[in-house]
Amino acid sequence: MSTSHSKAAMRFLEDQNYADWHDKTFWGVRTKRDAMVHSLEEWERLREKASQIKRHTLTNIDTYLRRFADAAEKNGTIVHWAKDADEFNKIVLGILRDHDAKKLVKSKSMLTEECELNPYLEANGITVVETDLGERILQLDDQKPSHIVMPATHLSHDDVGEIFEREINTEKGNHDPTYLTYEARLSLRDEFLTADAGMTGANFGVAETGDIVVCTNEGNADMSTSIPRLQISAIGLEKIVPDYEALSVFVRLLARSATGQPSTVYTSHFRKARPGADQMHIVIVDNGRSKWLADPEHWETLKCIRCGSCMNTCPVYRWSGGYSYSYFIPGPLGINLGMLRDPRKYSGNVSACTLCLSCQSTCPVKINLGEQVYIWRQQLESLGVANKEKKRMCDSMAALFGNPSLYNNLTASAFMLNSMPGFLVNSGINPWAYGHKMMKFPKQPFHKLIRKYQKNERNEDEDV
Amino acid sequence: MKVGLFIPCYVDVVYPNVGMACYKLLRHLGIDVEYPQGQTCCGQPMANAGFEKKGAKLARNYKDMFEGYDYVVAPSVSCTAFIRLHYPSLLKEEGHACNIAANTMDMVEFLHDVVKVDKPLGCFPHKVSLHNSCHGVRELGLSSPSEIVEPKFNKIKDLLSLVEGIEIVEPERDDECCGFGGMFSIEELAVSKQMGERKFLRHKATGARYITGADCSCLMHMAGVAAKENIDGGIEFRHVVEILASGL
Repeated sequence: MSTSHSKAAMRFLEDQNYADWHDKTFWGVRTKRDAMVHSLEEWERLREKASQIKRHTLTNIDTYLRRFADAAEKNGTIVHWAKDADEFNKIVLGILRDHDAKKLVKSKSMLTEECELNPYLEANGITVVETDLGERILQLDDQKPSHIVMPATHLSHDDVGEIFEREINTEKGNHDPTYLTYEARLSLRDEFLTADAGMTGANFGVAETGDIVVCTNEGNADMSTSIPRLQISAIGLEKIVPDYEALSVFVRLLARSATGQPSTVYTSHFRKARPGADQMHIVIVDNGRSKWLADPEHWETLKCIRCGSCMNTCPVYRWSGGYSYSYFIPGPLGINLGMLRDPRKYSGNVSACTLCLSCQSTCPVKINLGEQVYIWRQQLESLGVANKEKKRMCDSMAALFGNPSLYNNLTASAFMLNSMPGFLVNSGINPWAYGHKMMKFPKQPFHKLIRKYQKNERNEDEDV
Repeated sequence: MKVGLFIPCYVDVVYPNVGMACYKLLRHLGIDVEYPQGQTCCGQPMANAGFEKKGAKLARNYKDMFEGYDYVVAPSVSCTAFIRLHYPSLLKEEGHACNIAANTMDMVEFLHDVVKVDKPLGCFPHKVSLHNSCHGVRELGLSSPSEIVEPKFNKIKDLLSLVEGIEIVEPERDDECCGFGGMFSIEELAVSKQMGERKFLRHKATGARYITGADCSCLMHMAGVAAKENIDGGIEFRHVVEILASGL
């Protein structure tokens, strides 16, 4: 009874040293987050406030989107609306062609991953350069992000050193992180200076002012927009917040939750093309979001601000890695977003949850991520993707537990399993035996013991 | 106050002594407790696997069995949480009201919040590592979750502190999941085992002789993994109520 995730996780755990390192690395991020949030006594009020702002904004998203677009246009920015990934990719390519742009530098954007923008642009003759260090490493090695905030953290500095030796001619065997970072800066500097266009994602869009707000630690979004003559920013429609006051709540939550920093090094607001530059474009992307918003049971997943804290705290993520999930976003968030995207394609991730609920206790906007997984599990059957073996097992359990006298008869002889040969009980037929030594069943179940005990109690009473 | 004792299926079959400890402790505290015969399972295993509705009949049986009681208590936090949080909607779909769900309590909660036990209980002169089960922490509020910013508390610790001679310790990552997760342990074999082993080793690193908790299923999982890997080092598992009732 395995799933796409459980099979991949089993392979991941074959290298125990690596698995240990992976667990410790992401638990380390959780620990930094804890230290940071426990120093703010208003933390829980901030989370609640953020959740309410998101609920309000999402349930009035038509108004706020219109307001955002109007403000942005008033600033002189050109606003586009993309209903899906295909339309988004075409719009971006169209803008680049209008400006005869051949090279695009990009800061980090999971939305462009979602829409598979890079391969589309490359197939159409555009050179695309990722400028976030993690994303750049992955691009050089043709890998996908394994985490939404720390996309290359699954790699060690030796891995990175080897990729750089091969791709940007660094010194052989010099895997010192400071040196590698220096070399990455030099090589990226050249890309920034020769790019025709710069692209950013968006952490927030402020409806009142039309600002695109981008939070980075490396300043690469600022480099991407300060040198090329054309700027394009892509934003998922759920990323709109009403105004600066609302924004201030999220800015306090985001970096603390994501990396355990009080704030990101750069929080940049982009409102219009800088003096001397050609144009600034904003592409607002739907790609399923307005449909998900109408889902009464799962719409709150759209509150997400992409901090990644649910991944860091999730023990299943830490012990299975980002690539064990079939959707491009892993962890508790990815399980839920994958199911919203295409339940038939991504239901193999729904098993990757113990329902420990640590994710929703860390979530800065209070998405009930674990409870959402529970609800998805209930929906697997009607979606036609329930595991038949598991269903049969549940049918047998329901039949056994629904019939107390059958249950009493069977459990009375459970202890007989103790005398069964170990090779039968501890064998592959019994999945429990994969990780566990079989338990010893006591001679009598409680419901029999208590009957005797109560009989003695009554006798003693009578004796008195 | 009339109290019904609910002993979930796996406690009934695998840990009958835990049930006996509950009964004896409640009687010792002068509580009018009854154990209605004919109990089986709360339905959580099917529900966590995605077949909640297959447990509707069990919810109905439970309601019929316990309706006349002021409280129902059980020595299993995840069964208790399942009943309290899911029975109302499960029975509502069937057209029944379920008042007893709200008054279903874990033994620790009941002793701590209703009986408000504050007198010395039992004697257990050992070093004990406390296992804070996820559903106890994050659904029933037995202790403050490590993720949440609020004053620290732990109801299990409060009760254990009433036991003579006991030394209570907690492992590093004191409320991280042990990896049982019901159907999870069957469906995600490798991760479940890995989590169970690491959790057990953190308990072991405290130097405790016993591991205790309010949920037998977490203990069953860790005990099974530790025995399979031959790493148990003689450490034994006891439900909290067994320790509270020891020597009574």
